[in-house]
Amino acid sequence: MGSILSGAEAASLVRALPGVDAVGLEARAAGLSTRSVKTTSKAHAIDLAISMIDLTTLEGADTPGKVRSLAAKAMRPDGDAPATAAVCVYPSMVATAKEALQGSGVLVASVATGFPAGQVPLDVRLADTESAVRAGADEIDMVINRGAFLAGDLERVFHEIKAVKAASGDARLKVILETGELATYDAVRQASWLAMYAGADFIKTSTGKVGVNATLPVTLLMMQAVRDYRAATGIQVGVKPAGGIRNTKDAIKYLVTVNEVLGDDWLSNHWFRFGASSLLNDLLMQRQKLKTGHYSGPDYVTVD
Amino acid sequence: MFEYAPAPESVRPDIKEHYGLFIDGEFVDGQDVFKSVNPATEEVLFTVAEAGEADVARAVAAARRAQETVWGPMSGTERGKYLFRIARLLQERAREFAVAESLDNGKPIKETRDFDVPTAAQHFFYHAGWADKLSYAGLGADPKPLGVVGQVIPWNFPLLMLAWKIAPALACGNTVVLKPAETTPLTALMFAELCQEADLPAGVVNILPGAGAAGAAVVNSPVDKVAFTGSTAVGRAIAKAVAGSKKKVTLELGGKAANIVFDDAPIDQAVEGIVNGIFFNQGHVCCAGSRLLVQESVADDVLARLKERVSTLRVGDPLDKNTDIGAINSAEQLARITALTEAGRGEGADVWQPACDLPENGFWFRPTVFTGVQQSMRIAQEEIFGPVLSVLTFRTPDEAIAKANNTPYGLSAGVWTEKGSKILWAAERLRAGVVWANTFNQFDAASPFGGLKESGYGREGGRQGLEAYLDV
Repeated sequence: MGSILSGAEAASLVRALPGVDAVGLEARAAGLSTRSVKTTSKAHAIDLAISMIDLTTLEGADTPGKVRSLAAKAMRPDGDAPATAAVCVYPSMVATAKEALQGSGVLVASVATGFPAGQVPLDVRLADTESAVRAGADEIDMVINRGAFLAGDLERVFHEIKAVKAASGDARLKVILETGELATYDAVRQASWLAMYAGADFIKTSTGKVGVNATLPVTLLMMQAVRDYRAATGIQVGVKPAGGIRNTKDAIKYLVTVNEVLGDDWLSNHWFRFGASSLLNDLLMQRQKLKTGHYSGPDYVTVD
Repeated sequence: MFEYAPAPESVRPDIKEHYGLFIDGEFVDGQDVFKSVNPATEEVLFTVAEAGEADVARAVAAARRAQETVWGPMSGTERGKYLFRIARLLQERAREFAVAESLDNGKPIKETRDFDVPTAAQHFFYHAGWADKLSYAGLGADPKPLGVVGQVIPWNFPLLMLAWKIAPALACGNTVVLKPAETTPLTALMFAELCQEADLPAGVVNILPGAGAAGAAVVNSPVDKVAFTGSTAVGRAIAKAVAGSKKKVTLELGGKAANIVFDDAPIDQAVEGIVNGIFFNQGHVCCAGSRLLVQESVADDVLARLKERVSTLRVGDPLDKNTDIGAINSAEQLARITALTEAGRGEGADVWQPACDLPENGFWFRPTVFTGVQQSMRIAQEEIFGPVLSVLTFRTPDEAIAKANNTPYGLSAGVWTEKGSKILWAAERLRAGVVWANTFNQFDAASPFGGLKESGYGREGGRQGLEAYLDV
């Protein structure tokens, strides 16, 4: 989806957005966290959460063996548990992941654009993106230029996202705002809209590589942004919190928030994802607990 | 679809079949008996003795003796120890009190668990700390208690209002005779049991359930001070009754608060504040933001978001942890809300309610939003005391202030804007005891609460609240 706005138009629209009251936003997130999800709805939520995971490995030590192990887990996490949505890897691992996941329906997502800092020239970021797409990535997770954003050059951020969108071709584009570096809620709201105006298919909180990653208030704020963006333009954009969501309890809080802020339309892995690695095993252990009535332990789920 | 399975609170407090009056440290029979029902099911929860004039006289005499021989002479440090003990016991039994309050009042367990009971405990902790520091309250070198205090409290926050009344009174060295509301005596009686458990000296706290007659008997008895929270009509009667006597009075009465949303407000959070302002506790809140004043330029956007948000509120079983709106407290209150809502329709306002199923038994009312409301309509002037919001618009800041102040009440107000200077400008002009900025319905034991105009006089909470219980 190409943008019909110029950079200057998008920047001025974004600067005119209403402010965010931090205390109120955090209070709302805390309120949503008190929902009690039990029995059948918990079982449903666990399977839904598993199906929304972008099972991720983004280490310097990643090898084809590690990626194949992760791909196997993604396709068949545990017994009759659903497959995850995607496997998320560095561009150099895309071909391996693609081959391992062939025909399974599990997608390959690749980080790109000089992940995680993005502090390389634009042509290098675009080349990074193109190579990931050529290797077979179904989805591209790009990082925005936080330096330009914080320096106030919103137009530049907008044009760069547009350029990466063009380089992504048919791959769906997830735009990582790195909310921990944007620091304020006002900036997160502005960056969310800027990314959507520039053609993002998903907005994503974090790389998982900085001190503060996904939080519920930040994700709630981004959900309000995609809700309002659809109301304004008719275009639906997905949301992906990433980093720091490690257990079932937290995952369910996010699903409750999707349910009450966005509703049914976003309650599928086409529109909502968790960027996570250790979350999957906790979901599987909770799933076993619901089925068998007793807790197992970390040796009853696989280490991949 | 992501439906939440029922999540009922499993703890059940030990509710007795019958409760007596709590006089001089013991439960005794009264002149009559009445029933307390669960407003969510209309089932009888327990029976309770009703206090008559003779019972009130006995309770006041017991309180007098306790004040003169035990509680008044006791050092502040020792009084503080008792209050700390009560606060800790309330915390320890918080779950039990929360469930009991939900059963007797109809409010959701989410609120009793997260607000009513913890805030009540906080009031005891806060005032326990004052008990030996009254000389530093700025109310004189060695301020003395008033003596015996008669207190009459409402049904909307039964335990919390009890705490607001009893904690400062006891901290200052007074003893109390308290009448809980007719429909919600349970937590007050459980509190009486808790006083026994804390070994509070007999006669320091006396609890006398009953209806209006029992309240009048307390007001007319030889107490030194009357403290009342409730309707303006009853408050006026109390003021008349004590006129010409040396009894001191504090009254916390009705309200018709305006929640003012300017065009530069943080809109999503303002919508949350509007919802919290009027639908918290089914709107049974004297300081509820029952009038929304929204700037015309953003009115459509705010209303669309508000309706979407209200549609997600979950109405039903108060003991389900996911319930947002519980039962209306009584058939009488439901009738009043229904009548005023009908008046709103009749006067030409547009009514909107979300589609939601209501339980068959019990007293229920859907969250309701009236748009196209004009200042002259009854729903813009009279306190509804239910989950009903009246939406009015304004064009300029001056008009907002004029409309907000154009009511006989003056308890609270809310201001929503991202501009700090506008908050201060509005707060200076609003004639209300409490002005919240970019939030609503926030309470703290350290913060004084009370009204202007027909919303009453006197302050509760904070250093200022001590004045009502000291001879200054």
